[in-house]
Amino acid sequence: MSDEKKQALEAEIRSYVGKPIGPEVIGRDPVNEPMIRQWCDAMGESHPAYLDVDGAKGTVHGEIVAPPTMLQAWVMEGWDMHEGYDEPKNEQHRLHKLLADNGYTGVLGTNTEENYTRYLKLGETVKALTVIDEISEEKATGAGIGYFITTKTAFENQDGEELGSMSFRVLRFKPANPQPTASAAGGEEAVAQKPSRIKPPMGHDNGWWWERVADDGVIPIQRCTSCEKLRHPPRPMCDGCGHQGFDSIDASGKATLTTYTVVHYPQFPGYEYPIISIIVDLEEGERMASSLIDCEREDVKIGMALEAVIHEDDDGFKIPLFKPAS
Amino acid sequence: MPTTLHNEAAIAGIGQTAYSKNSGVSELQLATEAVRAAIDDAGIHPSEVDGLVTYTMDSSDEVEVARTVGIGDMTYWSQVNYGGGAAVGLITHAAMAVATGQAKNVVVYRALNGRSGQRMGQGVSGNIISSDLIHWSWYMPFGLLTPASWIALQANLYMEKYGATSEHLAHVAITQRMHAQNNPNAAMYGKPMTMDDYMNSRMVCEPLRLFDCCQEDDGGVALLITTPERAKDMKQKPAVMRAVTQASFEGQEQMTSFYRDDLAALPEMELAAKIVYEMSGLGPKDIDASCLYDAFTPEILMQLEAFGFCGKGEAKDFVTADSLTIGGALPNNTHGGLLSEAYMHGVNNIAEGVRLIRGESCNQPENVEHVLVTSGVGVPTGAVIFGQA
Ligand SMILES: [Zn+2]
Repeated sequence: MSDEKKQALEAEIRSYVGKPIGPEVIGRDPVNEPMIRQWCDAMGESHPAYLDVDGAKGTVHGEIVAPPTMLQAWVMEGWDMHEGYDEPKNEQHRLHKLLADNGYTGVLGTNTEENYTRYLKLGETVKALTVIDEISEEKATGAGIGYFITTKTAFENQDGEELGSMSFRVLRFKPANPQPTASAAGGEEAVAQKPSRIKPPMGHDNGWWWERVADDGVIPIQRCTSCEKLRHPPRPMCDGCGHQGFDSIDASGKATLTTYTVVHYPQFPGYEYPIISIIVDLEEGERMASSLIDCEREDVKIGMALEAVIHEDDDGFKIPLFKPAS
Repeated sequence: MPTTLHNEAAIAGIGQTAYSKNSGVSELQLATEAVRAAIDDAGIHPSEVDGLVTYTMDSSDEVEVARTVGIGDMTYWSQVNYGGGAAVGLITHAAMAVATGQAKNVVVYRALNGRSGQRMGQGVSGNIISSDLIHWSWYMPFGLLTPASWIALQANLYMEKYGATSEHLAHVAITQRMHAQNNPNAAMYGKPMTMDDYMNSRMVCEPLRLFDCCQEDDGGVALLITTPERAKDMKQKPAVMRAVTQASFEGQEQMTSFYRDDLAALPEMELAAKIVYEMSGLGPKDIDASCLYDAFTPEILMQLEAFGFCGKGEAKDFVTADSLTIGGALPNNTHGGLLSEAYMHGVNNIAEGVRLIRGESCNQPENVEHVLVTSGVGVPTGAVIFGQA
């Protein structure tokens, strides 16, 4: 993604901060014994304060109350609201769709925090207003690069009395190792996947490099935009002048073999052994690790001329490899 | 206040567990057993220890070790990064602590279920999410997944450049295996090796065969560091640090310093050599024995050159002249080293350095005044020269 496109996306997602996701949600049923009983059955909860009229009289509440952790259950809207990204039904869906359309297709619930002001009594109606509270800076995570989105929900009763609050955080991310989608034809079950080589995690400092390999079919070399010094592997600051800005040039692909090893053991799934793993000097002067293909073991010679090929694995992953120069 | 670590600290106690392929106990048990043994060896009480240092890779935290062993108040602790490169780093940190008075008696330790637990030879994998995963990811997709593969790239170029061959590597492996035959604690005790055995071992990452690679073992080692003055009142003859340092050279990476002009050299070891020789006022001719880090045999050849025991490219002739044997010019890894005693991440090599000064090695050469010990090769590393009190 270009800088301008990224800035536009960030400006747009930030415009959602502070917005309610939609109108206030009003519980479809008042706090009632049957729902409490069902919830307690499901949770394995047996406290008399929730279940037994006589037993509850002996508690500090003096009557049946609802378990505090049920708070959200009173205002849940049902399955209809679960999948709403294709046809957004509220602001939260619109925000998620915007990110998904820009490649942030993964979603992970990360944490929930709930505060309970008091116990709910039978007959109370619960109302909830959810606001998009916070969107983080873009973060590099184990799952991939993405944004943490926090929503805050305030719960009240029919008279506007505060009952509690909840904050819920999800990560919207670009999957680091996107899996190819199952065959669209006929919607059959996904075929068992062949193991494939270990993929690089896509972080701030290296993701752009692999994206350029895949999108543009080149080996990019990072270049300082201040002093124009080249560097590989990519790093977030120029070691020559301290400048952080960078662009990249396209390597010609011409290289010489600096050194190599033929890897026999141990053997990892997703690789074909033996592997001729190599270090090359690119014509531009930078050095990189790769592997050598289309070459017999006995023909490998330190100093030999090589040329780059952008190889595509069966799973669609693109990686720059080298072969003897033609 | 001292301005260098020259003669400011000494190792006054060493301790270790049995080495095995399956300890059947926790790494904390191995660590605390080794730490307790080092304290007992020095002849002091655990409550007199006020500092602990270990590897960032170690799983036994300092306070867990302290509580288990009965160490009381502490005023110093730290952890050193970069795998086997940390070994001498541990005693450098401990030496600084005792030299400045920040602590009186510091124990350093490393304990691992390196065979039955997490095996290093199995390499890195995409499942370990850590800050340096991106570093490894410039190598993993290309099949460079194990320490052997990273070292092989450098070793291959070194051997090509200077005409070193498998026979030269075999000399290193066979000599250390021979040493282990006198060390009942060694994993390779009772398993001598011939040139045929070596040549018939399978290729792992060319040019490295199986017997060019160190083992994977379970066990623990600990060392007690104090000042030379305090050491006088303890039970053992101390090994005084004439010089000790950590060393990382420009362009350093962890195992993958492939971006420097000369790949057939170890500039971080040359830096360590320069510092320890300057600090000690000694030179290669003054070193009577060594424990050079030996995760892989070519590392020995390259270190012999880095520390000036022979010229660039001459290590192959140095090792074939039996120089590394007990009666040779530089008896090396007299316990068997990582190749044939155990892979204790280099701390067992420091313990052997101390035994050589005490005169207690299972293969003790005569008249040992000074011993050189190094830590990990291909990583930010370090070196120490021990002398007599
Ligand atoms: Zn610059």
